[in-house]
Amino acid sequence: MERSRLVFSGSGGQGVITAAIILAEAAVVYENLIAVQSQSYGPEARGGATRSDIIISDTEINFPKVTQPNILVCLTQESYTKYSPIVRPGGMLITDTRYVKTYKRVAARQKELPIYYSVMEKIGKPIVLNICTLGAVIALTGLVSPESIMKVIEKRMPPNFLNMNRDALYLGLNIGEDAK
Amino acid sequence: MSENIKFIQGNEACVEAALYGGLDFYAGYPITPSTEIAEHMAVRLPQIGGKFIQMEDEIASIAAIIGASLTGHKVMTATSGPGFSLMQEGLGYAVMAEIPCVIVNVQRGGPSTGLPTNVGQGDVMQAQWGSHGDYSIVAITASNNQDVFNMTVHAFNIAETYRTPVILLFDEVIGHMRERVDIPEKGEINLVERLKTQIKTGVDFHPYLPREDGRLPMSDFGGVHRYNVTGLAHDMWGFPTNDPQIVHGLLRHLVDKINNNVQEITRYKEYCMDDAELVLVSYGSTARSALHVVNNRRKRGERLGLLELQTLWPFPYSLVKEKCAKASYIGVVELNMGQVVQLVRNAVDKPERVFLINRIDGVFISPTDIRNTLRVIQGKGM
Repeated sequence: MERSRLVFSGSGGQGVITAAIILAEAAVVYENLIAVQSQSYGPEARGGATRSDIIISDTEINFPKVTQPNILVCLTQESYTKYSPIVRPGGMLITDTRYVKTYKRVAARQKELPIYYSVMEKIGKPIVLNICTLGAVIALTGLVSPESIMKVIEKRMPPNFLNMNRDALYLGLNIGEDAK
Repeated sequence: MSENIKFIQGNEACVEAALYGGLDFYAGYPITPSTEIAEHMAVRLPQIGGKFIQMEDEIASIAAIIGASLTGHKVMTATSGPGFSLMQEGLGYAVMAEIPCVIVNVQRGGPSTGLPTNVGQGDVMQAQWGSHGDYSIVAITASNNQDVFNMTVHAFNIAETYRTPVILLFDEVIGHMRERVDIPEKGEINLVERLKTQIKTGVDFHPYLPREDGRLPMSDFGGVHRYNVTGLAHDMWGFPTNDPQIVHGLLRHLVDKINNNVQEITRYKEYCMDDAELVLVSYGSTARSALHVVNNRRKRGERLGLLELQTLWPFPYSLVKEKCAKASYIGVVELNMGQVVQLVRNAVDKPERVFLINRIDGVFISPTDIRNTLRVIQGKGM
C-alpha cells in the first residue's frame, strides 16, 4: 500500500485526537498494518488548536511526524487557516461546512462535508462529530474497514454510547460515499 | 487478534514493562510529559495488589521509593527535567546506600520549567553528573515503544544485579507517541530477582560486605536483621566511618561495579554500518529521524550508517571507537547544545571529524534538518 500521512486538526474537545487514535489502533490491531500516531500538545485541555498526526503503512515508519499530509481534516476555521497550506499536492482536504468557510483553492481535492449538520439532524448529539468524521474519512480513503473501527470503539468507548457511535460511524460512511 | 498486541504510548509501554519486570511500588509527582506513567500506574498497580502513592513533590517521591526498595520491593518513579533536578539528592543517596530503583525522566525542553510540552534531550549529562561526589550511574534510552518496553525490563534487571539506581532517559516524542507494542508472555524476557541473604535470624548480617563475585545480598529492612543505612561513607555494617582504607574501598566499589561491567550493561543497535563512510550516532527519538535519512540515502547508493545508543551511561567508549573507526565523518544527532557529541569526540581517534546535528527550539528534529547539516558537513554548502 501507499504510505498514508494524515493530519486531523480542530479545537480541543472536538475529539480529533480520539478519532486519530481509533483509526491508527484499528489499522494496527485489526488490519495488521503499521501505524504511528502522535499529537502536538498545548497547555489547554479545551479550546486552542489541536493537531494529531497519523502515518499508516505496510512498511516500517521511522520519522513519526507528518510534514505534508496527503489527507488533511480541518474541523475549525483556525485549523483550516493554519494547516491548509501544508496539504500535499494531489492530496485531500476535508472540512466541515458548519465550522469552516473555505476561501482559497489548494492543489488538493477539497471535500466540504456537512458532518455537523448531519450529526445534529440524524443523531442530535454533537459529541459524536469525531466518529462521524472518521466514517467519512475511511469511506473516502478506504484505509481500514468500518468493522475494524467498530471493534476499537467497542473496546474504548463506554457501552451505553456504543449505538450512538455506531450510528455516527455509518452516517459518516454515507456522507463520505456521497462525496466520492 | 491476540490480546498481547497493544497500540499504546511510550509512557504506557513503560508502565506495562515495569509491571512485567516485577514492580509493585510506585511513588511519584505527575509532570508533563511523564504524567501518563503516573496515570496508568494509578490504574494498574491496585489491580495487581501493588501500591501507588502520589507524593507532595519529587524529593518525597524518590525518598519513598528508596524506602520501599529497602523493604524488598521493586520500585520506580517517573518525572521530567524539573523533577529530576529535585531528585538529585535522593539519587546520590541511593547510589551511596546501593539501593536498587528505577527513575524515569521523560525529557522536555529546559532549563528550569522550560518547555513543558515540547521535546528535549538536555538531561544526558545531568543523569551522570547531577548529584555531587564521584559515582557511576546507569542511564538507558529507547527510540520506539517496543524498545521502551524491553529497556524498562532491562533497567529493573540492571538495578537488581548491581544494586544501583537506573535512569530511563526517554523524551517527549517517545513518551507521547503511540505505536504497536507486543507484550511478551511471562518468561520470554529473563527477570533478575533480588539477591537475598541466606543468613539466618539472630546471626549478624553485614549489609555492605560483598560476596566473592562482588554482589551484595540484601535483607528486607524491618525484617529479621537489624542494620544501618546511611548516606555517609560507611563500613560493612553500614555505620559511618572516616577510615581512609574503607572509604577508598567503598568509592572504588561504587564505581567499579558499573564501569567493570560496561559490556553487560550496554545495549545498542546498528543499521547499515558495515561499509558506512558517514556514521550518524543518535539515541532516543532522534534516532528515528536519523534512520529515516540513512534509509533514504542508502537507496541512492550513499554509504550512510546509524549507530543507535540505548545505553548512555556508563558511556560505551570502546564500542563507539570501534564502530566509528572506518568513518570519514561522524554526525551526532541530538536535541541539545551538544552533550553526547562530546563523549563521542572523546571516544574516537579523530575528534575533528565529529559534528553536531541538533535542534534546541523544542521542535523535533526532522530528516530535512539532518540533511541540511549533512550538506554542510560534506562541503556542499548551505
